[in-house]
Amino acid sequence: MNDLKDRVLRMSGSAVVKCMRCGKCSATCPSYDEMEYHPHEFVYIVERGDVEKLLSSESLYKCLTCFACVERCPRGVEPAKVVEAVRLVAERQQGGNRLKPDEIPALCDPDLPGQAIATAFRKYAK
Amino acid sequence: MQKIGVFVCHCGTNIAATVDVKAVAEALGREPSVVVSQDYTYMCSESGQNLIKDSIRDYGLTGVVICSCSPRMHENTFRKAAAQAGLNPYMVEIANIREQCSWIHKDKAEATEKAIILGRAAIAKVQLNTPLIAGESSVTKRALVIGGGIAGIQTALDIAEAGFPVDIVEQKPTIGGKMAQLDKTFPTLDCSACILTPKMVECAQNENIRILSYSEVESVSGFVGNFTVKIRRKARYVDETKCTGCGLCTEKCPVKKVPNEFNLGMDNRRAIYIPFAQAVPKIAVIDADYCNMLKNGKCGVCSKVCTAGAVDYKQTDTFVEEKYGAIVAATGYEISDVSRYDEYAYSQSKDVITSLEFERLTNAAGPTGGTLLRPSDGKHPHTIVFIQCVGSRCTPEKGKPYCSKICCMYTAKHAMLTREKYPDTDVYVFYIDVRTPGKNFDEFYRRAVEEFGVHYIKGAVGKVAPRADGTLEVQASDLIMNEQLHISADLVVLAAAIEPSKSARSLATLLTASMDTNDFFTEAHPKLRPVESPTAGVFLSGMCQGPKDIPETVSQASACAAKVIGLLSKNKLTGNPCVAHSDELMCNGCSNCANVCPYGAITYSDKEFRMPDRTTKTRRVAWVNPAVCQGCGACTVACPSGAMDLSGFSNSQIMAEVDAICK
Amino acid sequence: MQVKEATGFVPTIVAFCCNWCSYAGADLSGTNRLSYPANVKIIRVPCSCRVNPIFFLRAFQRGADGVILCGCHPGDCHYTTGNYYTRRRMTLLFSMLDYLGIERNRTRVEWVSAAEGQKFAETMRSFAEEIAALGPNRRLADLRCRKDAEEAGITDERGSGDAV
Repeated sequence: MNDLKDRVLRMSGSAVVKCMRCGKCSATCPSYDEMEYHPHEFVYIVERGDVEKLLSSESLYKCLTCFACVERCPRGVEPAKVVEAVRLVAERQQGGNRLKPDEIPALCDPDLPGQAIATAFRKYAK
Repeated sequence: MQKIGVFVCHCGTNIAATVDVKAVAEALGREPSVVVSQDYTYMCSESGQNLIKDSIRDYGLTGVVICSCSPRMHENTFRKAAAQAGLNPYMVEIANIREQCSWIHKDKAEATEKAIILGRAAIAKVQLNTPLIAGESSVTKRALVIGGGIAGIQTALDIAEAGFPVDIVEQKPTIGGKMAQLDKTFPTLDCSACILTPKMVECAQNENIRILSYSEVESVSGFVGNFTVKIRRKARYVDETKCTGCGLCTEKCPVKKVPNEFNLGMDNRRAIYIPFAQAVPKIAVIDADYCNMLKNGKCGVCSKVCTAGAVDYKQTDTFVEEKYGAIVAATGYEISDVSRYDEYAYSQSKDVITSLEFERLTNAAGPTGGTLLRPSDGKHPHTIVFIQCVGSRCTPEKGKPYCSKICCMYTAKHAMLTREKYPDTDVYVFYIDVRTPGKNFDEFYRRAVEEFGVHYIKGAVGKVAPRADGTLEVQASDLIMNEQLHISADLVVLAAAIEPSKSARSLATLLTASMDTNDFFTEAHPKLRPVESPTAGVFLSGMCQGPKDIPETVSQASACAAKVIGLLSKNKLTGNPCVAHSDELMCNGCSNCANVCPYGAITYSDKEFRMPDRTTKTRRVAWVNPAVCQGCGACTVACPSGAMDLSGFSNSQIMAEVDAICK
Repeated sequence: MQVKEATGFVPTIVAFCCNWCSYAGADLSGTNRLSYPANVKIIRVPCSCRVNPIFFLRAFQRGADGVILCGCHPGDCHYTTGNYYTRRRMTLLFSMLDYLGIERNRTRVEWVSAAEGQKFAETMRSFAEEIAALGPNRRLADLRCRKDAEEAGITDERGSGDAV
């Protein structure tokens, strides 16, 4: 098992091998159209050990962490926790901060749902 | 002094790969009383058995220890071999060095050491074995089938054909079960009722079959060949012997708004009703929860219109007690509750239905007379979405861990029939896998796609949202296109997981038959004894053992009947000689043993004993009836004076095993 | 896979299994190749209610470090009520062992059905680990019953009396 995959599995506590590839996570995902890699792909790619590929993807920051996929996954795989873990791996890398605090006001869309803003704040390192 | 032979089996490489069998044979050969110790590739083979038989004769063995697979596999094989060589079969003990040693350990030294200890324990036990002779018991030549669905019907018919009387106990007012509710059957599309009802009628007409409908099993006692079963006949408030099934009462009854369970509550019936037109027995029944006469004593219409005078409001539950030689569980299945999956909106919209409800909606005897109409507004649906695996293949917290097996095929059938009858309908099927193992099954599914243009989409449905205009927004993923789909559907059909009947668990307790974690009955052996329960004399037929389609159910039902017939054809059954016995000299007549005996096998009698001073004294002592005792051993522990012991598992034998292990 | 401490202590563990559920469960864990420590040795009994509390004491006297009894789940007993008797008897036995100062963890009753091979293996693993952590059973072990007793020159310090 490679190191990155190991870290993601440990941080998420998710058993990606339980996935039966039904795609219900992606079927239920509200940010689906925004994402390059969809929840089911996250799970599959982590299981294959290609975490590198995900680290540079914008999809990491599109997940609302709404947990609909966690709630509905019939196999208890918890895809949102996998996404969150990959995001943390990305942020903990040197210079991995997605945004600087000064950039935030300019990016705020008045129509943005409150949950999205709240979730976004978790994506900034100190 | 015993002369013991030890035989160590390699089981090919199953044992030999992790246990040094030569070393085991050599080590055990040095044990006291062991006169011969050998190893062989397959002890259970003909030549292996001959090796044992020859050794028994050549060395005059009085005891045999076989280090091999579990005694649950081959104990009987080896006992028979011993008997053929003139040794009492109960002088054979087995050390389980396969399931409980070689298969679970990887380290050869460790496994070999354990195998030697297990062998020593068996030798220590066999030192104390005594020859046992099995008693015999008679067989009541009558069978009980619990459940009157297609499985129960087929089993009962086959047993009756062989000339044995059979009783069918069915908790509903009619036999027929779930199959009676189906419209067509895959993969040949014959009409379900057309092939089932002749069998139901055959049951009613066969003089060897007695149908006890609207009845439940109340208690079971006894053992294989000699069960006594008490059956509760629920009050139907209609005299079965008088009712002609004319149905006049069901037309005149003023209580019209009772949900009709045969149509899954999609239409109504009266308070007095006959479940469906082809019901067997065709006898009316009053639903006490709704009948005005039974609730508040006002009405009595059915009694007035009944020309046969069959209605009897004073009827109460009655009990039938009968003896049986064999019992068949055929309790079938139910549709699991899909309302727990909020995302499918089953409880929010009438247009989200289960597949069984879909069967009723397309059936000529159903609520819509066979025209496919939306339950909410009675309009023709133009877009239908079928969702597979609803509640199946989940973690135990989210649903059933098993595949329900029949859904892929019935959904292909539904999709195909819909497209055939209403070509203007778009039909989508969301699947994870299409599982079609079976004769002509995959061909059937391919026809649905190729000939009937059903849209099969690999992916799951994440959300069904009812909209104000009455349509249902279905949000789903298409895994092959890697897209999220939004379909506006008129009807959503859920392939709900099947689950064992709710009544099965309590029945299993009555029958002392074991169940798995999903409440399916466990078979005696998953491959080699699929229709027998581990409890002797209890057999399994149909879905109560696991998910099955109709052809499989019928084959299993007939296989089950064959086993029952085999049992009932015997005049005598050889019992288990490992039963309790009491030492009269030690017994103080305290009755502790009789109090714990679940079979009532222990009785007391007064006996005269000669005392040391040559006087005689009368004492009350226990006696165990060996034909009734099942050998559980509860009494042996309850006995305060140590008078009670169990043959084959005596106190000294078990302690010898303990000593051998702890040495 | 013996459970060992750093000292090399391998506990001796006796498992009584009822023929209908737990013994079959043990077989199933074997069929599924689910391993558990080799120092667990199974004795087959027809029903858990056949197990006399004396067997537990005998095992401890002869130097067992842990004894476990497995039976059918309550309500599923092949003999209808056997495991209910077991439950009561073992409760009494365990409170007596407690009184004697035997660690509560050295004994256990566990319900394992014929379908629970996984549970059987897990139970045996956790039990063996627990016993290994507790160390050898010294309180009830009868030194006179030890094979090496004579060579080691161990004699009964508590006066005469035959080994039971």
